[in-house]
Amino acid sequence: MSAPDIPRLRAVEPAAIAAIWSRELQLFRRYWRPTTFSAVLEPTVYFLALGLGLGSLITEVDGIPYVQFVGTGIVASAAMAAAVFPGMFNTFVARVFQKVYDGILATPISPAELVLGEGTWISVKAGLYACAPLVITILFFGLAPVPTMAIIPFVAILTGLGFAFFGQWVSGIVTSIDSFQYVTSALVTPLFLVSGIFFPLTNLPSWALAVAQLNPLYHSVQLVRDASFAAMGWADLGHAAFLAAFAAVMGVLAIRRLQVRLID
Amino acid sequence: MVVDFVIMTPALEVRDVVKRFGDITAVDHLTLSVERGTCFGLLGPNGAGKSTTMRMLTGQAVATSGTISVLGLDVPREGKRARARMGVVPQIDNLDLQLTCRANLWAWAAMYRIPREKRQAAVDRALEIASLGDRSNSVAEDLSGGMRRRLLIARGLIHSPELVLLDEPTVGLDPQVRAELWSLIDQLRSEGVTIVMSTHYIEEAERLADDVAIMNHGRLVAQGAPETLLAAHAGVQAAEFYGSPSRLRQIENAASAAGLSTRRTGPSISVLRAESVPPSFFDEFDDHVLRASNLEDVFVLLTGEGLE
Repeated sequence: MSAPDIPRLRAVEPAAIAAIWSRELQLFRRYWRPTTFSAVLEPTVYFLALGLGLGSLITEVDGIPYVQFVGTGIVASAAMAAAVFPGMFNTFVARVFQKVYDGILATPISPAELVLGEGTWISVKAGLYACAPLVITILFFGLAPVPTMAIIPFVAILTGLGFAFFGQWVSGIVTSIDSFQYVTSALVTPLFLVSGIFFPLTNLPSWALAVAQLNPLYHSVQLVRDASFAAMGWADLGHAAFLAAFAAVMGVLAIRRLQVRLID
Repeated sequence: MVVDFVIMTPALEVRDVVKRFGDITAVDHLTLSVERGTCFGLLGPNGAGKSTTMRMLTGQAVATSGTISVLGLDVPREGKRARARMGVVPQIDNLDLQLTCRANLWAWAAMYRIPREKRQAAVDRALEIASLGDRSNSVAEDLSGGMRRRLLIARGLIHSPELVLLDEPTVGLDPQVRAELWSLIDQLRSEGVTIVMSTHYIEEAERLADDVAIMNHGRLVAQGAPETLLAAHAGVQAAEFYGSPSRLRQIENAASAAGLSTRRTGPSISVLRAESVPPSFFDEFDDHVLRASNLEDVFVLLTGEGLE
């Protein structure tokens, strides 16, 4: 016997995405305090400790004060962290423990709409939180505001989208919530450290640099920095395209995987 | 004419549906039809295939073969349209516990695409149906089990569906709450809503259902009005005998020697079709209680197995 055909996806309706957002907004009203606290504080602590700590040894990188170098780069990892963890944990909890996804799919919402609604919600939230270190760098560490900074929230949201979808996809693969530790240690942490946030990758051996280019976070860091220091060029189109492609691939994987998990 | 069409299309048509999970056949060539405005009970023990059948009706499980039509719409192909017109009350409590009753319903009103300006009224109406008006701002976590279940029902009714699926609506509830829910279901049916519910409680099926389908091991064992099934399979009355285990065994042996059907009912034994048991049998074993036959007797007669 062949497996039953899963029906082809219908067009994704904006009203269905809005409905997913509507539920998330209701929930957000309940938990915004602790989430906002940790989403803003964590990158800020990293940035202050390393930016100021290492900054006393390294004053400048590529002509940029080190604290500003870190304060801009860390926007990318803040977006990743605020997206990948809810993508993994919240999705797993909602599907496996709370089973609310079963409830939602009994309404006129398709699995694709559910995944897209949740992924976009997470990424917008993550992208906006991720701008906190940038604002702090501007306010307290002398980073001059420039018009190109207006694209940074969008870069952060696009970064968050890819990682939210990645988290959702992984949540449909693991069988236990403990398995996320493998993903965190083997993937999220290395991506964070080798992304150009704390040191320029140009000093790495060429093979390592080539590998680092596959890291979506690297492209996000480059985009954020170029926008922060009004140094945008053609290469930034490539960075943006990489992030968009990452989000698209992860989105397809997340939809397919969760569809299999949610529809018997 | 539209009205005729609505009346003539069954609320639900399941044709020769098979659902396999690997080597396990959860639903085995099931055919059902449910008329509009009726209450239909899917009756069977745990693992009979009731929940899988319910999931196939919403497109949350896809049949291996066979066809399903809900409100005239082909599921899963037109599943989204069908789901927009049916309400589902799950067996498990999957409310957002940290949200208030009102917020839970508001979110579901959005899922069902109720326009923003009409959501408030829909939420108020659902709260009223479920008698939760005075708890509308309570967080779901603080509600009792019975109230949570009513909130789940309210959530499934938020869009005034034509068809409501109730999966084991009163499982785990105390008798008083169960009676409350039964009158709520009665009320819905009196308003013309079609109800399909799965249950393994005999009394629930007998009290509420116009028609029942008895399932066992994924197969349909019998289908029809409870009275019809009783008349056809279990007769009018059963004689219940109590006593020591040895006495019960003795009665069991004598009944089987006389070609009578029996079944164990907790601490007693029931001899079925008491009206056609020869008087001599009762002379030998007096001290019995006559009771009306029930659907459980039908189930046991047809399957040779217990229901719970």
